This record gives sequence, structure tokens and C-alpha cells, in this order.
Amino acid sequence: MIAFLIKRLFHALLVMFVISVIAFAIQDNLGDPIQQMVGQSVPESERAALREELGLNDPFAVQYLRFAANAVQFDFGYSYVFNEPTTDVILRHLPATLELVAASTFLIIALSIPIGVYSAIRPRAWLSRFFMGVSIIGISIPVFLTAIVLIQLFAIGVSWSPFPADTGWGAWLNDLISTDGGMPAYGRGDPVPVFGTWETNFASLEGLTYLVLPAISLASIMLPLFIRLIRAEMLEVMQSEYVKFARAKGISLRRIYFLHALKNTMLPVITVGGVQIGTLVAYTILTETVFQWPGMGLMFLDAIERSDIPLIVTYLMIVGLIFVITNTLVDLIYGLVNPTVKLTGKPA
Amino acid sequence: MTTSTPTAASSSTASRWERFRDSYLLYSFKRDPIAQVSLAVFILLVAMALLAPWLAPMNPYDLAQIDILASELPPFWVDGSDPAYLMGTDAQGRDLLSTILYGLRVSLIIGFGAVAMQATLGVCFGLLAGYLGGRVDAFLMRMADIQLSFSTLMVAIVVGALFKAIFGGATFSTYAVPLLVLIIGLAEWPQYARTVRASVLAEKGKEYVDAARVMGLSSRRIMFRHILPNTLSPIFVISTVQVANAIISEAALSFLGLGMPETQPSLGSLIKSGFDYIQSGSWWITLIPGLVLVVLVLVINLLGDWLRDVLNPRLYKG
Amino acid sequence: MSLLEVNHLDVRFALRRGDVQALRDVCFSLDRGERLGIVGESGAGKSVAAFSLLNLIAKPGYIAGGSIAFDGQELIGLSDRALRRIRGHRISMIFQDPMMTLNPVLTIGEQMVECLKAHRRISTRDARAISLRKLEQVQIPSPEARLDQYPHELSGGMRQRVIIAIALLLDPDIIIADEPTTALDVTIQAEIMALLLELCEEHNVGLVLITHDLGVVSQVTQRMLVMYAGRVIEQGPTREIINDPQHPYTQGLLNALPQMATPGERLNQIPGSMPSLSHLPSGCAFHPRCGFVTRPDGSRRQACVDEVPAFVASGNCQAACHMVAEMIERERIPAEEQDS
Repeated sequence: MIAFLIKRLFHALLVMFVISVIAFAIQDNLGDPIQQMVGQSVPESERAALREELGLNDPFAVQYLRFAANAVQFDFGYSYVFNEPTTDVILRHLPATLELVAASTFLIIALSIPIGVYSAIRPRAWLSRFFMGVSIIGISIPVFLTAIVLIQLFAIGVSWSPFPADTGWGAWLNDLISTDGGMPAYGRGDPVPVFGTWETNFASLEGLTYLVLPAISLASIMLPLFIRLIRAEMLEVMQSEYVKFARAKGISLRRIYFLHALKNTMLPVITVGGVQIGTLVAYTILTETVFQWPGMGLMFLDAIERSDIPLIVTYLMIVGLIFVITNTLVDLIYGLVNPTVKLTGKPA
Repeated sequence: MTTSTPTAASSSTASRWERFRDSYLLYSFKRDPIAQVSLAVFILLVAMALLAPWLAPMNPYDLAQIDILASELPPFWVDGSDPAYLMGTDAQGRDLLSTILYGLRVSLIIGFGAVAMQATLGVCFGLLAGYLGGRVDAFLMRMADIQLSFSTLMVAIVVGALFKAIFGGATFSTYAVPLLVLIIGLAEWPQYARTVRASVLAEKGKEYVDAARVMGLSSRRIMFRHILPNTLSPIFVISTVQVANAIISEAALSFLGLGMPETQPSLGSLIKSGFDYIQSGSWWITLIPGLVLVVLVLVINLLGDWLRDVLNPRLYKG
Repeated sequence: MSLLEVNHLDVRFALRRGDVQALRDVCFSLDRGERLGIVGESGAGKSVAAFSLLNLIAKPGYIAGGSIAFDGQELIGLSDRALRRIRGHRISMIFQDPMMTLNPVLTIGEQMVECLKAHRRISTRDARAISLRKLEQVQIPSPEARLDQYPHELSGGMRQRVIIAIALLLDPDIIIADEPTTALDVTIQAEIMALLLELCEEHNVGLVLITHDLGVVSQVTQRMLVMYAGRVIEQGPTREIINDPQHPYTQGLLNALPQMATPGERLNQIPGSMPSLSHLPSGCAFHPRCGFVTRPDGSRRQACVDEVPAFVASGNCQAACHMVAEMIERERIPAEEQDS
């Protein structure tokens, strides 16, 4: 277990190293701190002196080490646009994104496991076929389009009247296929402050309504993948000899499905799925744009628009760190759940 | 399961066509209505995209044909529509049907181009990693791991943002198509590399590769003439799914303003440009191209699913 | 009446291109404490026969007809719930590959206790005590520690011992063992087989042993069936069949054993291979490979190609073969002529 941990930690550090080199290369080539600090009017000689003073003429490696030393202390310099430390800007936007991801993750886990398991246990039932059909459609809809359709349906509202509205049944049917709209679909509303820069949408019912549409759209990208993954793994496990043997022992089907099969199904799902949950952070860029959700994704896009290089670099480093942390956590959980990992340090 | 081509062992005198006619691929295609409909719709969409200059009522790239007064007209079944514009017009007064046809073209070109790019990169790296092994393998696969753990969308967005910063907005717009092919290609190669590597490792242990080596063939020849053909079936299956992914990635980049400019819109940039008007009730500018995009991606995914079931290759899992 | 009576069992696999018959007209019986071997090449249907006894055949397969009477109760058509009370309780199974049979994410103890709890109202503590005793019976070193270990921490031979212990947990009437030693190292095979035999004798448990190993069958079982292409083609006391096989296929199997070959010469093998179940030859399924379709005098026995042979008794054995039937007929007629 110790060896396993050390190996994972080493891997995580290596990834962070690669990311930091890329991030630094971006900053080194695209950012011009002198320009930002002193503006256009300062003569070239003064700029050169300043450049020398700031160590910008040092070799790449020396500058990188300086960058890395600061990065370890979460010091990435000042944002051009906000004129405050980039980490402060990020920290202000981080809770919104994390809450969105958390809500989506909850939706994904809560829905994909029962649906995936059901469609593996009853592969021929019409409900399973329906779920599989919906999930392949779901995979085919880009996340921002899901978001837009949700806004049209539940924020703006749709009124269809293909049926004669003057008859009772026609009006009823028209009503059935029309939506009122009115769901909040812009920003976070008034989140409740918890401490520091952290404000939460989870504390009030009103806050939660703001979270509904963005969380559903973000979940829509991973939910079909998870359902298909769980179904495929479960189907495979159901064919295994140990499930057959469990049946030969006279164990109840319920126990076979939900203990013998599900536990083995979840092992690959944890590895594949855990990483996917991390990548949700990437998709927040799209959902946050559509819903103007004031998180890191929206901030990042804004930073790109305004060429706020330090902020872009900080975002990359922080998101890289989030990915590395989730991946390492996933490996740890896998190691804890899978009894075969402990001895060899390697999944069997 | 059934192998992909039961006729593979049949006499070599049988023509390629005869072999295809007798193959399991065709057999199962004939029995699968979903695959048939998907292929038909796909061919229809590709044909429409190819024939866009002749099919489209107007040329959306030609500023002279655009009537700004005719902007935001709804499609024909909605009150207030103009029969000259079947699907209505967008905010700049372009005929939406024509713009969609041209946009479909752009999306398909980038989709296929990006897959060709990532397949080339991925197959080469995958063959190298699988065949050479050792440090090359460790390095390439670690790269692939890092990139995949970072999510391909994220990589595409970052690379796109960088290109935009390096080249400047105007240059980026001019060369948007090749740049997007490059961006998506760079972001998605690990999928291919891992699959190809896995099948190379599986093939490498087989006797015919040993035989080729004993005969003194060069590594390159063994890789391209002997191993690569045997990895084609998984590559083929991935490619269908990857075309769908590339089209979605392009749409996502365009939606974020890191893709096709609005003067030369893809389906994604059309959706983006319409999104600004959805609150004012002009839903069609967004939702009609959106529907086309979804249908396109859906039929490709359905074909991919069918192919995977039929060819049943050993795909890289996880 | 025997403890287990199988009559005219028909098992089919519903494939997309139509049904394939995996078992046809299989009949056998097993007395309490008796040990029966089912022998045949892979694909002959012996595993299907074993699994269909407890209706555990995998999905496209289904029991199409016949009867399986266990202790006077008909098993075919029984609900899954009712069958579950018999599975693992009165009839238990041992599978082929011990590396695949135990669930990798549950401890040995969990997998034993759950079996006891499925059939008895019993506390976990008592169930563990019984499990421990069974592990001792199968001679596993430090059984107490094993209960909390996972399958991957045990060797293949150890795992098969655990599986035997699980099979014995509820003191069943019958154990069905499907090639229990095939996947093991040769050195361990004999050990496991001896253990199984000893435990069956000691507890008076009936054994249905599925195997392709004629040596094992002759050492362990009292009676045997030989299967070919989904049918039983010969059955009787093991000793008699081994010493004097009637059916040409059984003869071929025995002749193919390495010890039957003359040193320095090729092994005797049966020409050809077993037909696929979806394309069975007409008449006797073995006739394309059989050397006795042509009589010693050169004439061809047409019945072999046209008619499915019925069982004929020869001593205590029965064989389904036209050639054997003809020989018996010929012996009987001169005897009758002498009488008259």
C-alpha cells in the first residue's frame, strides 16, 4: 500500500511538472509583464533595465525555477484585468464551479447506477431499450445545445398549439406539451455566504433552483456515458463464472446482482468514471458560458478574450491540480475497493 | 463471437466484391434497420453538404446577397415568415437553409480532416510505442495518459486559445479550418495511439510477425505491411466515433468563439450566433442548426455502435 | 426409485439462425451415495447436462423437454425460488476453473457464510464456525486465517479446496463436479481428486463427475455414461465399460489413451472430429468417423446412415450402436436354434 501511494504521488508530481512547464512556456512567450506594469510611454532603455532587474533575461531554466518556486506557494502574479493576485481571482470563482460539478456528479451517480444496472439485468425490457436509445441520443447532443434547449423549454417556455385549443381535450394536450418557463437560467442568484469567498447555492431552496438547469446540462454529457459503461461492465460480469457459481450456491438473485455483480462492475467504473468526473471541470467552460454561471470556466473564457495571460496560466495550473487530485483520489479509492491491489501495487 | 469475415479463408480467386457480398458485415447490415436508416441519413447529409453551392438558394458568404432588412425572419410554418426563406433568416439576414448547408459542409470537412489528422498521429505513435516498447513506449503512453486525464476538450480549448493568441484573431479566422483540424487532431490522438498500441502488442506475439522478423524484414516494413493491416478493424470502429466527437468538438470550440468565424459559419458558430437572439424569441437560428448537428452526430454514433457490435474488435478499455 | 432420475432430457440453444439441440434424449439415474462419470470430448454436451440439472444453463440455452426427478420431486418447471432451495443445499456444484469461480472482491468467509445463510436461519458466528470446520475437512492449512482472505491470495489448488468446502457446506445429497481438476497443475490434480473421493465416501454423497479423463473416471466412479454429439451412446458399470467397451466411439476413446499406444509408434486417434451440433450427420452421429459402418464381409450397414440407433443391452452395459445390435442378434439366434 505504501509503495502504491508513493508511486501515485510520484506520478502526480510528474504530471504537475509537465503542466507547469507548459504553463510557464505560455507565460514566457505570450505575456509581457513590462508592458502591463509601465504602459506604452516608458522609453525602451528604461524597459530594458526593468527587464534585467526582473530577471526576464535569465535563461529559460532559471526563470522556470523562479516560476515553480512561486507556484508552489500559489503565487502566480497579478491579473492584468482585475489587478489583484490571480489566485484571489480564481478563489473567488472556484466555489461556483465546484458546486456545479458537485451537483452534476450527484445527478450522474444517482441516476446512472440504477439505470445502468437495470438495463444490464433486463437487457430486453422495453424500458432498457428506451434508456439505451435515450443515452445514444444524449451522447450525440453537445452539452451547450442541451443547455440551450433547456433554457428554451424551462426558462423561456414553449407554447405549442397543434391541437384545436377551443376543445377541452385539445387545450389539455396543448397544455401538456407546452412549458411555462420561468426557471432561473442566468447566473447564481443570491448565494449564501459561508466563509471567506465561498458562497453556496446549496443553502437555500432559491439557490438550488438556480443550480438545476446548469447542473442538468453538465450532467447530460456524462450520464449517457456512465449508463453505457455500467451496463456493458455489468453484462460482462453477469456472464462470469463466479456469478454462475453464486447461482449454483443458491444465493438470491438480488444478492447476486447487487453484491456479487455490482461490486465487480464498479471497479472499472471507478477508474474510468472517476477520471471522467474530473473532466467535467472542462465542460463547465461550456455550461458556464451558456448560463453565465460566474465560475472559473466563464472567468477563463473571459481571460482568453482579454489576453489576461497570468490568469490563464493560473487557471491551467489550478485545473491541472484538480485533475491530478481527482485522478490520484480515484486510484486510491480503487486500491481500497479492489482487494487484489494491495499486495502487488498493481491492479490485477 | 462470429468473426468479421468468415470468408477470409475462401479462395483468393474470389474478387473483393464477392468477398464483401458474402461477408458478415453485409449480412448483418441487411438485418439491421437502424444501421440502414442511419447510413441513408448520413449519405443524404453528406450529399447535401457536397452539393451546397447548387442546392442552397443563396450564397451566405456573398455579402451582396444579404438583405439586412430581412433579418430574423422565422421558418415557413411560423406566422410572419417569408416564402423566399424556407427556414427563415439569421440575425444578419442570411437565408438560414443556405447557411446551414454551407455550415454542414464546414463541420464535415473539419470532422473528417481532424480524424485523419489524429488517426495519422495516433497510428504512428501507437505503432512506435507498441512495436519499439521500452522508453519510447513509456514516454508516449505517459504523454497520452496525461493528455487524456486532462480531457480532450480542455486540451482543445487551451490549444485553440493559444493559437488565437499567437496568430491574432484575424489570421486565426482566415485559417480557421486547417487550424481547427490541427487543434482537434492534437487533442484526440491518444485514443488512437492507445488502441493501436494495444492491438500491436496483441499482434506482436503472434507467429506471423516472428516469421517476418526471421525472414529479415525491416521493422518499418513489418509494422506497416504486417501489423497495421491487422489493427484496422479497431481503428475503423474508433474512427466513426471519433468523427462524431470531432464534429462536436469543433462545434464546442466555435461556440466558445475559438472556432469558425461568423462570416464563414460552421454549425457550431451558427448555434452560437443564434444563442444571442434566443431570449428575444428567435429560437430557429439556434435550434434548427442544432437539430441538424444532432442528427448528423447521432447517425454517425449509431453507425459506430453497429460497427462495433459487428466487428467486435478488442478495443482499449479504460 | 433412484435419488436422481433424468429421463429424455432435451436441451436446446435458441440461436438467431434457429434452435440447436445440445442434448437429445439423455437418460440416466443416480442412487444415493453413488458416483457416476459422464465422459466425452469437449462439445459433447456433458457440461450442458451438468448445468441443466439445476437449470443453470446460460441464456440462449433452455430445457425443451424431458424430466429431472430429484428425491421424487420434478425439477423441470420449478420456480427459480424453489430451485434455489435445492441449489447449493441438496445438490451443489464444483466448477472447472477455480481461478474464475470465486468472486475476487469477496472474502472466502463471506462467500461461505452467504451460502449457509441462503439456506438456513443461522447467525454469522455459527456460519463461520461451520465454514471453518469444512475448511478443516478439505485440509487447508491455517483455515482460520483463510476465512478473511481474498481468493487471489490463494493458489489454484487451495481455491479448488475452498470450492469443495463450499460444495460440502450444507451436507448435500449430490455434488456435480464439472471437470474439477482440468484447470489445475498435474501434480495437484490427483490430490484434489483423492480428496473429493474421500469426502464423498465419508459423507455418503452422490457424485456426478464430468470429465474427459478416462483414468479419473475409472478410479473414482462406479458407473459411467459416454456422450457424443449431445447423446448418451454407452452407459453401464465403469469397470465393465473400461474393460470391454461396446460402442466403437468408446473403443476409440480408450484406444486413444497414450498407454494404449505401442511405444515408438503414433498414438491411435479417432479420425475426423466431432460434428458441430447444428450440422449433425444423419442416422448415428458417429457414422462418418466410424470404422464399423462397413461389415467385415465388405457390405455396408445402411442403418448407420439412416436410423438413430437405440440402446441395446450387452451384459450390464447399454450401447446405442447398430453394429452392436447386429452382433447381439447374431449371437442370440444360434442360441435359440440350439434350444429348439
